[in-house]
Amino acid sequence: MIVVRDVRFKYPSGVEAIKGLSLTVKDGEFIAIMGQNGAGKTTLVKHINGLLKPTSGTIAVNGVETTKTTIATLSKSVGFVFQNPDHQLFSETVEEEIAFALKNFGFDKATIEKQVTWALNLLSLEQYRKTSPFMLSGGERKRVALASVLAWDPEILILDEPTIGQDHEQKEKLRQFILQLQSQGKTIVIVTHDVEFVAECNPRVILMKEGKIVADGEGKEILTNTGALEESSIVLPQIAQIFTQLEHLGFPKDVIDIYEAKALLLKAWEDRQT
Amino acid sequence: MAVIETKNLAYTYPGATRPSITDVSIKVEKGDFVLITGPSGCGKTTLCRCFNGLIPHFYQGQLTGEILVAGQDVTKHQTHELAKHVGLVFQNPENQLFALSIEKDVAFGLENLGYPRAEMRQRVDWALNLTDIYDIRERSPHEVSGGQQQRVAIAAVLAMQPDIIVLDEPTSFLDPLSAQKIFEVIHDLNKRLGLTVVLVEHRLDLTARYANHIIIMDEGRVCSDGAPREVLSNETTRLVGVGIPKATLLYQLLSKDGMELGNMTPLASDEMVKLLSEALEPR
Repeated sequence: MIVVRDVRFKYPSGVEAIKGLSLTVKDGEFIAIMGQNGAGKTTLVKHINGLLKPTSGTIAVNGVETTKTTIATLSKSVGFVFQNPDHQLFSETVEEEIAFALKNFGFDKATIEKQVTWALNLLSLEQYRKTSPFMLSGGERKRVALASVLAWDPEILILDEPTIGQDHEQKEKLRQFILQLQSQGKTIVIVTHDVEFVAECNPRVILMKEGKIVADGEGKEILTNTGALEESSIVLPQIAQIFTQLEHLGFPKDVIDIYEAKALLLKAWEDRQT
Repeated sequence: MAVIETKNLAYTYPGATRPSITDVSIKVEKGDFVLITGPSGCGKTTLCRCFNGLIPHFYQGQLTGEILVAGQDVTKHQTHELAKHVGLVFQNPENQLFALSIEKDVAFGLENLGYPRAEMRQRVDWALNLTDIYDIRERSPHEVSGGQQQRVAIAAVLAMQPDIIVLDEPTSFLDPLSAQKIFEVIHDLNKRLGLTVVLVEHRLDLTARYANHIIIMDEGRVCSDGAPREVLSNETTRLVGVGIPKATLLYQLLSKDGMELGNMTPLASDEMVKLLSEALEPR
């Protein structure tokens, strides 16, 4: 469980990025934090693994305040994948990159090998095992960064913009993967601008603006809230864009799923034919 | 008139065992808004690097086939000569920003080409305003957000007023409204100034509506090339696994199940709303 209580955070430059924010994320929850550039999303999630410490207020992960432990200890339970993969990649081969943290945590050789292979397969990186991460495309480097964190199987996973540079198929894999992790009881926090991805996953959505939470609720509810989204610089997902303009035909406004959309429209079409 | 033309272009990075692109023959006309898409690792970025000569001059490796950009053979002209015609905006803005202030970064290319001070001032301000970063022009590009950095990179290229702008996933770090705004700016420059645009993007939801030409790549080859409505309707595109816009997909799903929506495949939600309103209007 992650409990954020009245947190404020001021960067040394004097910019206050978090302006009094409280939030509880339960075990096994999947949440998406959305909002415009500079809203404080990344600053907030960096508090969860202790990379940043609040100027005031508290953050507790599984009951332990982040100011009373070390990043190294927190890392075991909180895995963090950065927005820009180049901020975390440094090894000579993809395999070494993924093994790095496992070695640091002191796992034995056989476990490391098993976990590395598992993570490589999971993210379709097996063919790049011996390749330098820097030879790979942007989307592939992003997957290496993700694999290197998934490999040690943390119970809380924070993904900062996981879909950037990912193609349709990889996004779909990521979605299924997140849902699978969630079913295993893991807590997943993603920071994203990708409304279509969020619409497909339908997690709890938190909208941030200027260091504060402006909306918090079910995906379906938040992603069809035109006013709140506009305020946060978020464009409605396409299915929601369509349905918010079909109200005059008697359709519900809060539709984000394409198959739900299809069923509603086909029914209306068939009713009209008879 | 074709401003970019390739014939059987193939390229292998130094030390690589397989080519990254193979048998690429494409034509980009002046004033086109071309969208290049395809699965991650399909060779999109590699192809873009050929357009301004980074391949083969910087990356070395083996390039075969023909490539003409603005009438010039890329293999015989250096990147700095091609830079007057082609501006490239990378996926990761940090790779191209380096100056102490945003303003200086945007002015850098012009300084190098020796433009007079007054014109430089005017072009830099024009580019800063277009990308909405005028107010932060005195800050360091390294202390602003990822989204703002991407705007700086775009402004730096726009300031050069090239004939062709090549953008490799230029808004992936931006929030959707800012991304849409950038695409609208680029679309406007394309319409108003006739700037040829080559855009590499996965998110067709946001971009398909702006393009008049879509190229789909898979495993280093071009597998579909033509007008957006046709390319997005064909079977190859679906099989490659391109994330076609949800509005287009919904149209396809409904048509398949017998709903009559007309023959024009929609590329954006407003087009789909129009089709649905017509089909379902109360009699």
